Amino acid sequence: MLCTVCKKKEATVHLTQIVGDKLIKVDLCEECAKEKGIDDPTGFALAEVLMGLGVSEEAGQTASQTRCPQCGCSHADFKKTGRLGCPKCYEVFAEELAEVLKSMHRGARHVGKAPRKKQRARSVEERIELLQRKLEQAVAVEEYEEAARLRDEIRTLKKE
Amino acid sequence: MNLLDFLVPVEELVRRDGPEGCVVISSRVRLARNLEGMPFPGRAKKSDRAKALERIQEAVAQLPQMEGGLIRQMDSFSSWEKQALVERHLISREHAANGEGSGLALSRDQSVGVMINEEDHIRMHALLPGFQLEAAWRAIDELDTLLEERLDYAFSAKLGYLTACPTNVGTGIRVSAMLHLPGLVFAEQINQVIQAVNKLGLAVRGLYGEGTEALGNIFQVSNQMTLGESEEEILAKLRKVTAQLVEHEQNAREALLEKKPRMVFNTVGRAFGTLANAFTISSKEAINLLSVWRLGVELGMFPGVPRALADELLLLCQPAHLQLIRPREMKPEERDILRADLLRSRLAAVARPSLPPNHSDALDK
Ligand SMILES: [Zn+2]
Ligand SMILES: [Zn+2]
Repeated sequence: MLCTVCKKKEATVHLTQIVGDKLIKVDLCEECAKEKGIDDPTGFALAEVLMGLGVSEEAGQTASQTRCPQCGCSHADFKKTGRLGCPKCYEVFAEELAEVLKSMHRGARHVGKAPRKKQRARSVEERIELLQRKLEQAVAVEEYEEAARLRDEIRTLKKE
Repeated sequence: MNLLDFLVPVEELVRRDGPEGCVVISSRVRLARNLEGMPFPGRAKKSDRAKALERIQEAVAQLPQMEGGLIRQMDSFSSWEKQALVERHLISREHAANGEGSGLALSRDQSVGVMINEEDHIRMHALLPGFQLEAAWRAIDELDTLLEERLDYAFSAKLGYLTACPTNVGTGIRVSAMLHLPGLVFAEQINQVIQAVNKLGLAVRGLYGEGTEALGNIFQVSNQMTLGESEEEILAKLRKVTAQLVEHEQNAREALLEKKPRMVFNTVGRAFGTLANAFTISSKEAINLLSVWRLGVELGMFPGVPRALADELLLLCQPAHLQLIRPREMKPEERDILRADLLRSRLAAVARPSLPPNHSDALDK
């Protein structure tokens, strides 16, 4: 069996992982495995290697010219390295990331620990999202009075 | 200070036994965190890296967990010292390649550590012997909670802790158990088991040699998903799967003794023979044979020999641990000779294998 990366040498490292709901097999030669840092069983995720190889199909077509204003990272940079440049990148590439995240993780929304300092801000954001959903529902069933009230409440929260 | 003077001596380290230590070598929980408004290390300019390093180092130094610990920049270690830290699972291989602008903090007992400017600004971990995932989570959660008061983490309500690689975003947690599974490998059940674990969304890592044989029959099981599940849920899943793997491994060992005792005793006996009598041996061969010998020790074939001796030799046979006891840089061939010398002398006092007490008639079957 030949190495998936260099397609030259005999593969001796065989890895299987679930990425999203797909079972992915990668076969690497000793050298490529070393280069990818995966001769160390402690520190890698196959998804990272695959993204580096451009194996991820979904990310394939939509590469845009957008760059992160904070760090200069482009979508092409992200595709090449599988890494984002800074926290702001998550907002800038939110659309492209949504697909990637969906294929990697169980959910699209964080559940779990939050820094104590961020908890208040977080609850406000959550409240806004909840109201927004209620607003959509109210519009859908043509309860315009309720919708107007919800809209005002969202506005006030956003100003905080 | 010399790194070796700081590291817990190997013979002491391996005597820290944990629950289910015969199968679960260690339990680890790591968290990935980044600073708000700063480029991630991979994209940061030298000055930004230095700034992040300084801020984090300062905050980490104030943690009570780091009292009497070590806080250093990566360029202050020799490459062999960094390699030894990798062999002890205290840093990643990627971090060993880092120098100026990256740092490391380790607690005095080396149960918790913080890598600074690895792939993320902060990679903190707790590492405990045996099956102690819960305790490892508590230890690192506590450290994280103290650290977040002193630093502003990049965090979004929707996506959680923001990390350089989207595979870690959300909780930024990786819970993992390092397992010794020679029984499942010998019984040729390991592939099935790995596939079953994969189906649960967990990763099984390990260096695969020919076929299904991992180096030293050592496997690491960990979560891959970090978004949409809480730390507790992830922890509970790993705890459950690890407990099942321990049970499978023990069943496999029992079944092997029951059905193929001669194969088991033959393999263990030969492994011991080579280890105790070789005059040159590569680290790969030594690790694979020591893994088999460790199984023999646990099966009672070497009465009076503690498992800790196998674990001690497993660590001492690794290249950097061998190199660091010598003042002069050795060639790989010289290390192979030194490794064999060490094994011969440490195993000289170990009696040749005998059949375990309750299996003395096993071979008649
Ligand atoms: Zn290759
Ligand atoms: Zn950015």
